[in-house]
Amino acid sequence: MSKKPFRPDVDAPEYKGPYAPYDIIKEGTIAVVVVALLTVALAIVFSSPDEKAITIKTWSTAAPVDFAQTALSELNGSSGVAGYGAPYNNGGPSQGWGFLQPEHWLGVHIPINTATDFVLNPLESQPATPSLSAALSQWNSASSSAQTAWTTAYSNASAKMTFSGGEVKVPTTKAGPVPVLINALTQMARSGALDQALVTQKGFYTTNYTKPLLFLSDGAYLGNLADAQHLGGDQWGMMNETGQWPGQAWLWLYTFWYQIPPWSTSASGDFLVWGTMMILTALFILVPFIPGLRSIPRRLKIYRIIWREHYAAQE
Amino acid sequence: MSQGWGLGALVNLDHYGHYLNWHFISISVSNLTVMVLMVVTFVVALFAPFPGRRNRRGSK
Amino acid sequence: MSTTEIERQWTSRLRKSVVAKLPPDKMLPDTQPAYVASWIYVFGVTTMAALFVVIVTGCILAIDGPVWWHSSSLGHFVNSMHLWAVEIFFFAMVVHLWGKFSMAAWRGGRSLTWVTGAVTFLASILAGFTGYVSQTNFDSQWIATQAKDGINSTGGGAFFNVLNLGQMLMWHIVLLPIAAVVLTGLHVVMVRIKGVVPPFEEKSSEVSA
Ligand code: HEM
Repeated sequence: MSKKPFRPDVDAPEYKGPYAPYDIIKEGTIAVVVVALLTVALAIVFSSPDEKAITIKTWSTAAPVDFAQTALSELNGSSGVAGYGAPYNNGGPSQGWGFLQPEHWLGVHIPINTATDFVLNPLESQPATPSLSAALSQWNSASSSAQTAWTTAYSNASAKMTFSGGEVKVPTTKAGPVPVLINALTQMARSGALDQALVTQKGFYTTNYTKPLLFLSDGAYLGNLADAQHLGGDQWGMMNETGQWPGQAWLWLYTFWYQIPPWSTSASGDFLVWGTMMILTALFILVPFIPGLRSIPRRLKIYRIIWREHYAAQE
Repeated sequence: MSQGWGLGALVNLDHYGHYLNWHFISISVSNLTVMVLMVVTFVVALFAPFPGRRNRRGSK
Repeated sequence: MSTTEIERQWTSRLRKSVVAKLPPDKMLPDTQPAYVASWIYVFGVTTMAALFVVIVTGCILAIDGPVWWHSSSLGHFVNSMHLWAVEIFFFAMVVHLWGKFSMAAWRGGRSLTWVTGAVTFLASILAGFTGYVSQTNFDSQWIATQAKDGINSTGGGAFFNVLNLGQMLMWHIVLLPIAAVVLTGLHVVMVRIKGVVPPFEEKSSEVSA
């Protein structure tokens, strides 16, 4: 017997009382049957959500101007992905807090150059037409200041962009090859060819959708559909599901931080939320070792209800 | 909205969800239902009498 | 062969230590202390049962590949079962967790039981998440493009690319299920080794540790 003082939240008293028959295998079998039946019943009654995936084809068909604007932002490097930073590129600041800069430390691992990967390479994979070939070679042989001048001229006029007769139109004459490139990419997208070009850039087989997903995420179309379904990050969207099904409700605490400052307003919000959750998770895992926290159940006294027969028998 | 035909659900949940909003809090009726059911289940499990415990004294 | 040679065997030593720690009547006991008399005790087993149904329905979904369920009504039904089994799984696990917390069931050398349970909870969240991004539908597109920011901010996105369907699917159907099952196994074996935690001492505290 140890002489150490008894710590009620760490040590357990020795049980010298009676035992009773308890068939754990029967209990387990009944549990499996009940859960299986409940599962079948819920599946029959409520089914499950399956909102069809959008494609770059559906996006550019439904919202050609949004698509063309996004394509421009990929070409001139003003898109979200172009300015993302690690792990995709050096286009923007990485998230961090003080000296903690893991995103920066790990650096670029999934290199994405939005102009080449999302616009120029796909266009070059297309069957050559005289105007597209001319535009591509004009672009490729131009200095970067000339390229910037073109995209700036195009971008300045792009508020008046229209889509009619199957063509993207922007009222400017100073944009060099950019109108042809953007229009060609939009045609390509509407034909479905861009979906293929973005996934197959690394060969025949692919299981990696990083590029088309990043391109989609730069447009307004995907986000608008999600917001309509209440899935936005600032709508507690992480725990929600399409339609009326319950979602990942267990993410409530994680998504909670995104709703309130300073987490919701910080440029390093994601990092701060993760940092907060890691600390809380460590506390959760280590409850048995944390004085104060581990005394809560004894103070709550819910255990008295659970073991009421035991305490009644002691009287 | 949905693409699958399923074995047609008896209750069709394939509509835009209902959300309750209070200040910055926003929760879908479905998630709230699940959470409330969890609490109810916990409370019922605490208080419901556990069967088959008559002969427990004595047997060791 | 001498008896000492047998005694020194790795095989016999492993068997002896296993049997000493977890003799058959502790592994599969036919009685429980009388204080084990509450519905709250059934939620650990219910969680295990739900995990079993999750795995079985997931295996059926695996037979015809990851996009089968979009075009087959049977596939959609199996997907519905998989989803609802997951909901039951988390539901039961949370009630189980509340119950174990209320009993401070880490007392008496059971802290690792709590720790493995909590880690299983995390592994399950990750398993659920990778499942959501492996759906190959609008939901997975949105969740993946959103979730990348959080994971990237930790630096983890350099290796764990939520936009890479192949990688996510592998984690979802191989690595994380193995983790969840192994962790659950450890968790339950620990419960069996230590037995169910006794109630708090209400009157005096002079009992031995
Ligand atoms: C896959 C998830 C889990 C499964 C399948 C599972 C299963 C079980 C089972 C079958 C038992 C024994 C019966 C019972 O008391 O209910 C048990 C006990 C226990 N579980 Fe879990 N559990 C899971 C998750 C968790 C979590 C998330 C926690 C808390 C963080 C936890 C903490 C405990 C503790 C402390 C015990 C010991 C109970 C005692 O000695 O009285 N478990 N678990």
